[in-house]
Amino acid sequence: MTITQSRPAIAATGLRKSFGDHVVLDGLDLNVPRGKVFSLLGANGAGKTTTVKILSTLISADAGDVQVAGHDLAREPDSVRAAIGVTGQFSAVDNLLTGEENLLLMADLHHLARGEGRRRAAQLLEQFDLTEAARKPASTYSGGMRRRLDLAMTLVGSPQVIFLDEPTTGLDPRSRRNMWQIVRDLVAGGVTIFLTTQYLEEADELADRIAVLDHGRVVAEGTAEELKRRIPGGHVRLRFANPQGLDAAMRVLGQASRENDALALRVPSDGSLRSLKTLIGRLDDRAIEVDELSVHTPDLDDVFLALTGNPTHEEVTTR
Amino acid sequence: MSAPALTASAPAGLRFHPLRDSATMLRRNLKRMLRYPSMTVMLVGMPVVFLLLFVYVLGGTLGAGLGGAAHSGAAGGRAAYANYVAPAIILMTVAATVQGTAISIAMDLTEGIITRFRTMHIARVSVLTGHVLGSVIQAMFSLAVVIGVALLVGFRPTAGLGAWLATAGFLVAVTFALVWLSVALGQVSKSVETASNLPMPLILLPFLGSGFVPTDSMPAGLRWFAEYQPFTPIIETLRGLLMDKPIGNNAWIALVWCAVIALGGYLWSKRLFNRESSH
Repeated sequence: MTITQSRPAIAATGLRKSFGDHVVLDGLDLNVPRGKVFSLLGANGAGKTTTVKILSTLISADAGDVQVAGHDLAREPDSVRAAIGVTGQFSAVDNLLTGEENLLLMADLHHLARGEGRRRAAQLLEQFDLTEAARKPASTYSGGMRRRLDLAMTLVGSPQVIFLDEPTTGLDPRSRRNMWQIVRDLVAGGVTIFLTTQYLEEADELADRIAVLDHGRVVAEGTAEELKRRIPGGHVRLRFANPQGLDAAMRVLGQASRENDALALRVPSDGSLRSLKTLIGRLDDRAIEVDELSVHTPDLDDVFLALTGNPTHEEVTTR
Repeated sequence: MSAPALTASAPAGLRFHPLRDSATMLRRNLKRMLRYPSMTVMLVGMPVVFLLLFVYVLGGTLGAGLGGAAHSGAAGGRAAYANYVAPAIILMTVAATVQGTAISIAMDLTEGIITRFRTMHIARVSVLTGHVLGSVIQAMFSLAVVIGVALLVGFRPTAGLGAWLATAGFLVAVTFALVWLSVALGQVSKSVETASNLPMPLILLPFLGSGFVPTDSMPAGLRWFAEYQPFTPIIETLRGLLMDKPIGNNAWIALVWCAVIALGGYLWSKRLFNRESSH
């Protein structure tokens, strides 16, 4: 136990995968500690789903070493399958069966005894707020309910490592918050969660560690705080009534970037009261009228855009 | 959620249970058939419609063309033709059922639940055997209905109990073989529409054999094909069993065909199921 405890839940080195000429994963390294939420953050097409497919034994990598739950992925895929649970991007429930039947199907496939399977199904229906809909076919479920059933099915076998591939994509804000709470509860129970998402807010909210994936490589890794510290994203945005105000302020403040169309300036700032006072003082001295002032602290958006170099947000990254 | 009990439980937990998993998958497929009865109705309806068409619309004329003293006159011809065409309709029932198998496999593959099964520690083949067993049971049900209708419209088999049992066993073997082929066809299809079209030849093959007219009434090239294609010995065996006629070596030829089709379908299906998705 002490040996397995110290081992990471997922360890991957030099993971590569191409589909024809298209390189999807280009030497990916991952280290996911046990009992934590690890989030793989990336834009569409960055390789998130491919990574999940490889780690969950659905497809094989072209190169690289992977250990999942202490088992070599290439040599012991069955041991890996016995230890993991996967809830993919697309719902994997049987639409013609009821919610309860779907869970009992999973219980049977995990060879739980009849009574135990029923207990587990009832408990999961309760936990995921599906008891009322338990006897209705899954095809009648809403998007949020279906996603919850999907995850509940994954949990029937009490997996140690759970892959959640964009679990909240397409969900309304309320269902999304529900899903977040479920993830937190799972981790509190000792499970490792490998979460992919394109929502920075989600990674910020849930993840103990975040890896930013871009063009098949991890371009940055750390806690949300560590990542934010790497990027000087804080600024004050000033909006002016006319171009003269903008020009005058530009002359005074020097190192600001201007948005001519919006008549606005972005001034780097740590957001502290002292720096704001200084800034306002300098503008006041020249009697420059400011229509609006807003303070922006760096968020994962800044980190993400800076690291993945999205050209449409050049302004943000080159500051 | 007990944390890492993996190393301790690994040896016992890693055993496969193909029979148990197949039974689970069979239950799933039977439930799906009950929830989606329009499919079964369609699969039974098609051979029944063909039976009625062939007996009532075409039977008078076709029966008269069969030859023999008993077949003179439209009514006599119709009665004789009902007996002649019943085995072909029975085989068509099996073909329609396996078309349903291909469709439900293809539907499964588009729905993502199969992807879930692939990430689970289960005997993989059970996903397929569940479909195969479910379809065999569905075929037996359809056959009972179709044979019942055939009896109502004038099919008068002369088989005794032994021959009926042999017929049932033979039909299970034929269904089993064609279902495995169809499981492969369902997997090879990129869409549900393709899956419903690919097994179409199975429904047409009885026409290009001794199912609806004797092969010696066909032109030379077609006749050669009709006599050597697998459905002809199958139909001749059914005809022999049901109408108490000599079967000759048709039964053996039919069973060898079944074994070849079943084995080929099984190996092809297994290979298709174990291939990786291409994206």
